[in-house]
Amino acid sequence: MIVRGADRVLVMGITGKQGTFWTERMQAYGTQIVGGTHPKKAGATHCDVLVFATARDAMKGAGFDVAVLFIPPLMVKEAAMDAIEAGAKGLVVLTEHIPVQDVMYFMAAAKERDARILGPNTAGAVTPGECFAGFMPAFNVRIFKKGSIGVISRSGSLGTLLCLNIVQAGYGESAFVGIGGDSIIGTTTRDALVDLDTFPGTEAVVMVGEIGGSMEEEAADYARSMTKPVVAFIAGGAAPKGKKMGHAGAIVMGNKGTYASKRSALEAAGVTVLDTPSEVGAVLKARLGR
Amino acid sequence: MNFEEHAAKPLLAGRGIAVPRGGLAKTPDEAAEVAARIGAVVVKAQVPAGKRGKAGGIKLAATPDEARTHARALIGMEIAGHKVEKVLVEEQVLIERELYAAVLSDPVSKGPLVIFSTEGGMDIEEVAATAPDKLRFQPVDIRRGFPHADAETLVQSLGLGAAESKVADALARLYEAYAAFDAELLEINPLIVTRDGRVVALDCKFVMDDCGIVRQPDVARAGTPEKLTGLEARAEAAGLKYIDLEGDVGVLANGAGLTMTTMDVVRHHGGRPANFLEIGGEAYTQAKPALELLLSNPRIKSLVINFCGAFARTDVMTQGVIEAIEALQPRLPIFFSVHGTGDEEAIRMLKDRLGVTPLATMEDACKAAVEAAR
Repeated sequence: MIVRGADRVLVMGITGKQGTFWTERMQAYGTQIVGGTHPKKAGATHCDVLVFATARDAMKGAGFDVAVLFIPPLMVKEAAMDAIEAGAKGLVVLTEHIPVQDVMYFMAAAKERDARILGPNTAGAVTPGECFAGFMPAFNVRIFKKGSIGVISRSGSLGTLLCLNIVQAGYGESAFVGIGGDSIIGTTTRDALVDLDTFPGTEAVVMVGEIGGSMEEEAADYARSMTKPVVAFIAGGAAPKGKKMGHAGAIVMGNKGTYASKRSALEAAGVTVLDTPSEVGAVLKARLGR
Repeated sequence: MNFEEHAAKPLLAGRGIAVPRGGLAKTPDEAAEVAARIGAVVVKAQVPAGKRGKAGGIKLAATPDEARTHARALIGMEIAGHKVEKVLVEEQVLIERELYAAVLSDPVSKGPLVIFSTEGGMDIEEVAATAPDKLRFQPVDIRRGFPHADAETLVQSLGLGAAESKVADALARLYEAYAAFDAELLEINPLIVTRDGRVVALDCKFVMDDCGIVRQPDVARAGTPEKLTGLEARAEAAGLKYIDLEGDVGVLANGAGLTMTTMDVVRHHGGRPANFLEIGGEAYTQAKPALELLLSNPRIKSLVINFCGAFARTDVMTQGVIEAIEALQPRLPIFFSVHGTGDEEAIRMLKDRLGVTPLATMEDACKAAVEAAR
């Protein structure tokens, strides 16, 4: 899921501290924020936009394409269902620690209604020069610059680091897709790879994965069919087995989801796997020939 | 969170799935007492891990004396890194047939997955490899659930004869329990049909979704918290995730991905990370207690602090770090890399208050920390 400048964005939970802080930054960057929600503050104006009680009301009152959720974990299910039932095309679910059964509930509804979901536990998406949705430092010119590299990341902080390295090497990003660190997420690495493969202006893709799960292996299957170069970094090579490394998805059990299995699957598909993030510039130069 | 068998079975029983009669024993004498009440028993070591049978953790006893002897051998034994502190003493049940039933949260179908097999009592991976025709996977739309009729269809596809209806009933109830208790995994292996035609859960594995604990504290109370070292427990109390490792280069970063990567880069340059400690997400305001915690590890010889701010503001994190350094005056060398949201303010603060300039890249900071630890 790639968020575009033409997308009308609704911020759910706009009046909270984080909702306010990041809405101001999204607006300053050019994201079209058309409204916000708070169940008890309907009719108020916040960050220069109208607050609605629900996403359904916002759809009637303002119309929107993408909902960005700044909502506490136990309330996300209801908010997401509201946005999906309102007819949102996409949801950016930033919240971490949502009970998994709640996530599966709104995922099932989203699938039925053809709504795309980014996250949960994502830092959001950035389309440099156009807009961003979530809490990425899109406005930092040393990290985000309009360019030709598509970036996919499970982690916001690590994705930020790779973007920094990409810009330092003289490139820029066509789009950044933060997919989230949970074990069950809406847009998988493979989904994001498919999106970026066809996204105009994208010449190569940098995939930032981590240990646990099988998403990188599934993405490798698709990468094999691509003509654009794909470069990957996988975090967690030095992590011990059986310990959850902060992200719910980042756990190695037995031989599944190990660094070695991901690296070999990616390399077999023609993906260049980086040893450290700072190699990204040199590897892109080698793969792109400039 | 993992639940031991004795804690998981009452949850099944509460949902109408039969379990063997029995009792929990913390001493050999208690085991003998339970056996005296019941007759021939099975004595089962209680640890939050699988494959107890293969590890010698399950013994049959015909008499209370035998139960006492077995309990004495089992209590104190180590299984899969866990010390056995109690045993479950249960009636022996005459088995006609062993089945397998489970419900888990499946990342691929993004919903619950019911798994059923007529080959119970062994690893399900083994069944998948040797007898895939005896194994059924049924993805479930969680909004609709898994009603009895669905369970019946699934069970009938494997042909169980007279027991079908009762097995389907147990399977539907297993799904209800999964949904009711915020389970990530609820597994009965084996689910047995007894010689007198009853359907009984002989074992049960329950993993609760950690994110569900907050709304179901009563269920969670019976679970087995992860075994933590002193520092890990202190971190948890402060709302931080800390994992002790064996090296001497301390690592503090924000976000799980960046923290793992910092560890990887330390390792790549020949160093050994001392810990995993991330202050990402909402915890980014906890930089001060996080650093205090790190510095109390006596093994640490140098420290790399790597911030890359997206949601987590580097100025807020740096402020916390500076406060901890000013309060504790640590003598070890510390190397910073600071980029992203709030970095200009963060770099200015480091210069003004500590007289420190961050290194240009995290790679440089990691390399310097590895060098300094030598």
